[in-house]
Amino acid sequence: MIVDTKDADPVTMVVPPAPKARASLLWLVNPRLAVGLTILGVMGLGSVVLPLFAPADPSVQASYMRNLPMSQAHWLGTNALGQDIFWFLVFAIRNSLTLGVVVAIGVTIIATIVGLSAGYIGGRFERAVMLVVDTFITIPLLPILIILGALIRGNTSFLTVGFIIIVFGWAWDARTVRSMALSLREREFINMARFSGANTLQILVREVFPYVMAYTLVGFINTILFAINLEATLAVIGLSKVEVPTLGSIIFWALNYNALFTGHHVWLVAPIVATVTLFLGLFLTSTGFNQAFASKRGVA
Amino acid sequence: MGVLTYVAKRLGLYFAVLFIGLTITFLLPRLMPINPVDGYIGQLQGRANGMLSVEAIAELRANLEELYGLKGDLFSQYVNYLRRVILHFDFGPSFTYFPQQVSVMILNALPWTLGLLLTATMIAWLLGNMVGLVAGYFHKHKAASVLEFVGILLYPIPYYILAVTLLLLLAYVFPVFPLSPTFPVGQMTPEKIGMIFYNSLLPGLTLVLAGFGWNILSMKALAVATTEEPYVTYARLKGASNWTRMTRYVFRNALLPQVTALALSLGMVFNGALLTEMIFSYPGIGLIMRTAATGGDYNVLYGAITLSIIAVATAGLVIDLIYPLLDPRIRHK
Repeated sequence: MIVDTKDADPVTMVVPPAPKARASLLWLVNPRLAVGLTILGVMGLGSVVLPLFAPADPSVQASYMRNLPMSQAHWLGTNALGQDIFWFLVFAIRNSLTLGVVVAIGVTIIATIVGLSAGYIGGRFERAVMLVVDTFITIPLLPILIILGALIRGNTSFLTVGFIIIVFGWAWDARTVRSMALSLREREFINMARFSGANTLQILVREVFPYVMAYTLVGFINTILFAINLEATLAVIGLSKVEVPTLGSIIFWALNYNALFTGHHVWLVAPIVATVTLFLGLFLTSTGFNQAFASKRGVA
Repeated sequence: MGVLTYVAKRLGLYFAVLFIGLTITFLLPRLMPINPVDGYIGQLQGRANGMLSVEAIAELRANLEELYGLKGDLFSQYVNYLRRVILHFDFGPSFTYFPQQVSVMILNALPWTLGLLLTATMIAWLLGNMVGLVAGYFHKHKAASVLEFVGILLYPIPYYILAVTLLLLLAYVFPVFPLSPTFPVGQMTPEKIGMIFYNSLLPGLTLVLAGFGWNILSMKALAVATTEEPYVTYARLKGASNWTRMTRYVFRNALLPQVTALALSLGMVFNGALLTEMIFSYPGIGLIMRTAATGGDYNVLYGAITLSIIAVATAGLVIDLIYPLLDPRIRHK
């Protein structure tokens, strides 16, 4: 179903008629989104299903002979720690994706609450909140994470790393949500709801949130990207939980055991290829959604 | 009047950022369950084979707490900390290189980081914006989408992947650059400067490539939107050439949000620079941080992070203060 782009009433644009809901999903399809979703689908499914068939826990060291070449038994060979590179990579993608999704859920919740309330309530409250938000955006994140990593290294679970990323990562999204809320505040249908006697909470939940949904989805995917990237970055410099296979820790071990000097390319190239593919998939999905929503709103 | 309000607001944000940043740095280690003094005493104990007496340890602890500003209640520690950092830029001595002052170590590393970071960011920003402008202005041509494709490919790749890939490609597969760079110290001679330049090329290239993709994509989006503006159509009808329209009409207007975006993303850019230094063993703040983090040298860590916050906030302030020169709307409001 193609939505009439000249339709000026945002409410009807956001809430398509219910019976046609299945058919209406067709407007979403564009090449970018298709490629992105395919990559994500394959990698996501693979990383969830494959670990069930894993012959051994890849994070256990010395399961196999060290530095085996690629073979039938070990598709990508084994590394200098006696771990199967292929299975380590599969678990790494799963763990990284899980972390990304968990962080994205946390960040989206905080950012939506903060952003919506700031943009909608306005006044002194908004100025105070935005000051904090801008500060969090401006402060370079990595040094703070390095200190935290150095302080709690070893004594933390993998999920704590995610929690820390949530605490320091919500600001950018909150800023986006707030600027959307600002533009929404002036729209007719919001005034309409207010004159009909809806209170602030009702307006936020029933009128503003559905409108913001599309952006939230895009922001959600971008946050997954951000979180995976950040954890991997910390892992590469050895300040995350490096015993847990992630896209960063695999590179940490490879660099630590001088895979470059010893000519052990697969150990480095495999995670690089996997990371680039995954990130490209996530990025294409988010821009694809963006494009789809934009064309639906009649912007592009 | 408009400029004054603008500057005042911006200065307000600057001090707020500094204040909140310094407060976070102050509170973080104190909220943690780990006490660096305990760790240090443990280290000394290990070296002395546990021969230290209880009194000696108590004295040592008192000395260390005095030295590292851990005396008194939280509030007086805080006031003390702010005074030391703001007035004297004093972070105490380094644990690892004991009598060496942290501030000296950091100030020695700062020019390295700034040199690499500023050059790379400027190049990435200018190049990215130019490519993005062309891609956006000619967005109806097929060739322009190739340019955008470069951006799409480059943007989502994380810094560390770029760094490792470049290292793999340009130092291992095609040995153009050294695998582990050397940076000479001491008196600068032309040869040494050449060597530094050569060794900095690879980390610099990583930073440029990393910043490049994002700039292409955002500039392209802005340029597409600006090209549709009525004043650009008017310029075309007036008979202005493609070049004039692209540079004087589209570029100047699309540039403004890019300047703001640069100021906002400085923190990210700085993160990338730190990481690049760590991976390429480039002797800047990032490398100091890494060594300090692995060695548990907390004074150095706090010094480096404080300096990072100050540096990023100040750079953001400078960019935002230049902004009115570019945007007449703020000057004439």
